[in-house]
Amino acid sequence: MNEHLGFGVLDYDIAHLLGGAILVLSFALLAQRRLAAVINLFAVQSAILAAAAAWQGHVHSDAELFLTAAITFAAKAVIVPLALQRIVRRFNIHRSVETAVGIGVSMIVAVGLVALSVLVVLPIGMQAATEALTREDLALALSVVLLGLLMMISRRNAISQVVGFMSLENGMILAAVGVAGMPLVVELAVAVLVLVIFLVFGVFLFQIRERFDSLDTSRLDAARGEGR
Amino acid sequence: MLTVLALIVAALAALAVPAVALRRAGLVHAATAVLCALGLLTALAGLIAGGDRVSLALPFGLPWTGMVLAVDPLSLWFLLIVFVSGTAASVYALDDPPAPERAGAILTPYPVFLAAMALTLLAGDGFTLLLGFELMSLASWALVLARPEDPESRRAGALYLGMAGLGGACLIPVFGLLAAPGVDLRFDAIRAAPPEGLAAMAVMALTVIGAGSKAGLAPLHVWLPLAHPAAPSHVSALMSAAMTKVALYVLIRILFDLAGPTAPIWWSAPLLVLGAASAVLGALRANLETDTKVVLACSTVENIGLIAVALGLALAFRATDQGPVAALALSAGLLHALNHGFIKTLLFLGAGAIQHGGGSRVLDRLGGLANRMPWTTAGVLIAAASAASLPPLNGFAGEWLLLQSVLAAPRVGLLAFQIAVALVAALLALAVALAAAAMVRLVGVALLGRPRTPRAAGAMEVSRPARLAMAGLAVGCVVAGLLPGPLLVLLEPATRMLVNGGIAANAGWLVIRPGIGQPGYAPLLMMALLLAVCVGIAWLLRRHAPAGVLRGPAWACGFIAPPPHLPFGDPASQYGAGSMAQPLRRMLAPAVAAREVVDMPRPGETRPARHVAIWSDPAWTYLFIPLMRLRDLGADRADILRGFTIRRTLALVFATLVLLLAIIALWEQR
Amino acid sequence: MRLFGAVVVQLLHVALMFAAAPLLIGLIRTAKARLLGRRGPPPWQPYRDLLRLFAKRPVIADSATPLFRAAPWVALAATAAAIALVPSFAGGMLFGRAADLLVIAGLLGLARVAQALAALDAGTAFGGLGASREMAFAAFAEPALLLSVLIFAMLVGTTNLDAIAAVFRDVPPGLRVSLGLVAIAVLAVAVAENARIPVDNPATHLELTMVHEAGLLEYSGPDLALWDFQAALKLLLWLSLIGALFVPFGMAPAGSTPLAWIGGLIAWAAKVGVLALGLAAFEVSIAKMRVFRVTEFLGAALLLALLAAVFLFVSTGLA
Repeated sequence: MNEHLGFGVLDYDIAHLLGGAILVLSFALLAQRRLAAVINLFAVQSAILAAAAAWQGHVHSDAELFLTAAITFAAKAVIVPLALQRIVRRFNIHRSVETAVGIGVSMIVAVGLVALSVLVVLPIGMQAATEALTREDLALALSVVLLGLLMMISRRNAISQVVGFMSLENGMILAAVGVAGMPLVVELAVAVLVLVIFLVFGVFLFQIRERFDSLDTSRLDAARGEGR
Repeated sequence: MLTVLALIVAALAALAVPAVALRRAGLVHAATAVLCALGLLTALAGLIAGGDRVSLALPFGLPWTGMVLAVDPLSLWFLLIVFVSGTAASVYALDDPPAPERAGAILTPYPVFLAAMALTLLAGDGFTLLLGFELMSLASWALVLARPEDPESRRAGALYLGMAGLGGACLIPVFGLLAAPGVDLRFDAIRAAPPEGLAAMAVMALTVIGAGSKAGLAPLHVWLPLAHPAAPSHVSALMSAAMTKVALYVLIRILFDLAGPTAPIWWSAPLLVLGAASAVLGALRANLETDTKVVLACSTVENIGLIAVALGLALAFRATDQGPVAALALSAGLLHALNHGFIKTLLFLGAGAIQHGGGSRVLDRLGGLANRMPWTTAGVLIAAASAASLPPLNGFAGEWLLLQSVLAAPRVGLLAFQIAVALVAALLALAVALAAAAMVRLVGVALLGRPRTPRAAGAMEVSRPARLAMAGLAVGCVVAGLLPGPLLVLLEPATRMLVNGGIAANAGWLVIRPGIGQPGYAPLLMMALLLAVCVGIAWLLRRHAPAGVLRGPAWACGFIAPPPHLPFGDPASQYGAGSMAQPLRRMLAPAVAAREVVDMPRPGETRPARHVAIWSDPAWTYLFIPLMRLRDLGADRADILRGFTIRRTLALVFATLVLLLAIIALWEQR
Repeated sequence: MRLFGAVVVQLLHVALMFAAAPLLIGLIRTAKARLLGRRGPPPWQPYRDLLRLFAKRPVIADSATPLFRAAPWVALAATAAAIALVPSFAGGMLFGRAADLLVIAGLLGLARVAQALAALDAGTAFGGLGASREMAFAAFAEPALLLSVLIFAMLVGTTNLDAIAAVFRDVPPGLRVSLGLVAIAVLAVAVAENARIPVDNPATHLELTMVHEAGLLEYSGPDLALWDFQAALKLLLWLSLIGALFVPFGMAPAGSTPLAWIGGLIAWAAKVGVLALGLAAFEVSIAKMRVFRVTEFLGAALLLALLAAVFLFVSTGLA
């Protein structure tokens, strides 16, 4: 086992550390009880994602990745959290996060999802060592995506569902950043997607709030026309 | 040596006759104690001498083969366990005669129980093994039904009979599948023709269900906490310490020996999963129960789970050709089986002493017994510390070896197996810590603190034979804890026979190591360090601290003196069984569906408020109660058979006959 | 000659640990006071407390059994035996080959059980409170600790503390994700085991917020001095353990000269000092958790250790 100790190639180690931090923050997002904490953690996660993109740009000497990092930081670490905080203040949504599934149970399911993504990604081919490390990054990114989805389905509050969707996107960007040579156009498309979704969700939130006087999406079920 | 053991078995079985006739408890128990001690010495001599398998064919038994008895290092090890418990239990019961009208019902099955267990271990063919197994179940069932007028005893007896029937119903087809062509049930013949493919899978599944249910593996463990406490104390000790090990012996014999050396790696999965589940569930329930003996029975379930995990790991390592690590895992399981035999026998005998002296089995009616019953307290304390896996006692030695084999599991290389083992490791650590909490709760509520009832305040120490039995077992616990090395050397022939590897090279008198040349665990050194520090503290206190102590009422942050009608203080102002359980019950509420119901009286009502804590075993809720509902449904449907006319009944017989003939025809076509 | 060196190192190590433990507690108290804007007691106050307690005669409850007086001896003996195994300024001590991480955890468990039984022996409600909560917290801390030991066993191949420290000192493992996550998990377990904020408040005066202290309420005189010293030894043990496992640089290797020992001593003092000040700053900056939130805290530690194990399986399975 000792030969693995000389494994400490700094480039990959820092990339893995940043990826691991993003995954830990996804877990932390699932464990929060207050909306303000959820939004702040999402901002930190996006900042670390920007740092990961910048590091990959430094390692592969790719200027586009630096631009990606800047856009991620500006859009998802600064603008979106500020906007969400404003929504929370404006509608006086100073509530705790309502969960459909208990926090302990969602933690256990989250661990299972991480194990699942590791088991799925790893056996895919066995090439040179550098590709092996990229596979480890992919496993991390897939875990973040799955945890974002879990957050979306296990929360009742629309804002935490939005944050879950955005952390899912963080996972996808992490996967794209890990693979060498991602074109910028994808990042622009993703950024546009973010803004569009945000606008849609924003309008959606306004409408829900006006109609039902709360942002609890379970109340939408009654309006679907099916009996409860 | 085999003849000596066979004669001992025969003598034990023959004791039933004078027991029925004479009904002299002292005589029966003395004879049993002597025979068990003889058996213990014989087994020990056999282990020390080493040597291979020896068989003996007897002329009676099945018409075409007769009975075969065989002894090999594995059966000698388990005979050691059974006879240790048997000797201690018989000595304990020397001075504890049952009521005269029940004497026959209790004294007759007792030596038969011991004889049947020994017969199962000495079996050399399938028939003898099954005979001993079923006789063991029958004798212990008779002992569980010791008080037939008590509804709890009756319910326990009914459930026990059902589970014993299930065990038999699973093990008989196992031997049917294993039997060599020509219906030869002898073990030598079975070993020459191991099963393959679908038959092997069926053997494995049926063995785990049949032997596992007898041992107390989840989810078939629910009968254990009901049946074991219903029997008299020394019988409970035998059932928990010895009978469960005999069931594990059957499991090991079939899975490791008779099914051949080519078991695939996934055979370890049921043992690992069920073992980890039993360990956690048993330890958690031990924290929640309110009766001393039920707590100890749940602790048995937990320890059986730990041994099952060790056996599963041994199977997995053997399947991937890692002999030394497989030997480590198997040695851990076998050593823990012996240590648990010592510990559980002592704990149940202590619980019997507590019931005798303190007047109750319920934890909330005991308390403060340590001042009145010092010998019992000392014995129970040593056994509880061992059960809590505290160094340098014997519970820790087995647990250390088990954890070392779990930590060696990532060598296997299969990612799914590694992740599963990591989860099992976390569950094992949880179970061991929960067991420690359960033992602290048991000793703290029953023996320490202030008495909760006047009867507990007037407790009396038990008789000399009982004290002798407990003291002997306590000495055994300490010695087995300080000298695990020689014990590992004794069980090396068994591991060499089963997994083709041994760790005797790593097991010295001072240090036991997990691998060749690796640093390890030195219990004698630990004991020496502990004693050295104690001597240092004694010197320091003698030199520098004022002598003597002052006695006064407990401070408790400033309480008033107790009222005159409660000379030992209000029993409700100290923690009881339910309150000690509260943190764990709330923290692990989803595992046992725990909830608390508060019934507050409305303003104006004068009734007291009620706070009820409800929890249930998930095996009952998700397995047994649905099965019982299914059984009732089936029984209702089968009721139509009562209204059948003669013609319809004959048609039924005719259809069954035709069906069997068709099966035989199809079989012959293949 | 090497054996003689090992004996000398062991004796010096034990003496150092016994002498430095109260100073550690005093240092943390003074640091917390200064961070809160008070002057606080001097760092050597715990020595004076111990001497003062030794001069008194203990008062014992009427219903107490001999176990009540024996428990502090057992707990202190177990903690002292454990701390004799954890290397501080030099590796290769006399008992180094018996210094197994699982044995150390077992000895600390022995101390914990002794304290819980002593708490129940007094027959008061606070004793039961402390005992039940302490054992419940331990039930969740042990799995996280075992998984951390699994990580080290996988990286180094053994659970022996001396061997782990030696291997990490000679072949630095680099910035591994697994070790980072395990470090956080072990720090969380250390906070829980030593009854520090946020799990328990070592300086509280409110009985219902006590966990560790509630078990010691009935003790006085030299017995209480033994318990306080045991708590100080335990904290020093955990900080030395964290230093030996995660930052073993500077520890003198086996069979080295006394000059290297001095270097090791300076390194050890620096590590423990930094960890102690970090602990003081951490305690000052957050509040004590509700009792049933501690499960989530320790569950998070278990989760991190599990993730670390999964990542380690992945990375060792690939190369």
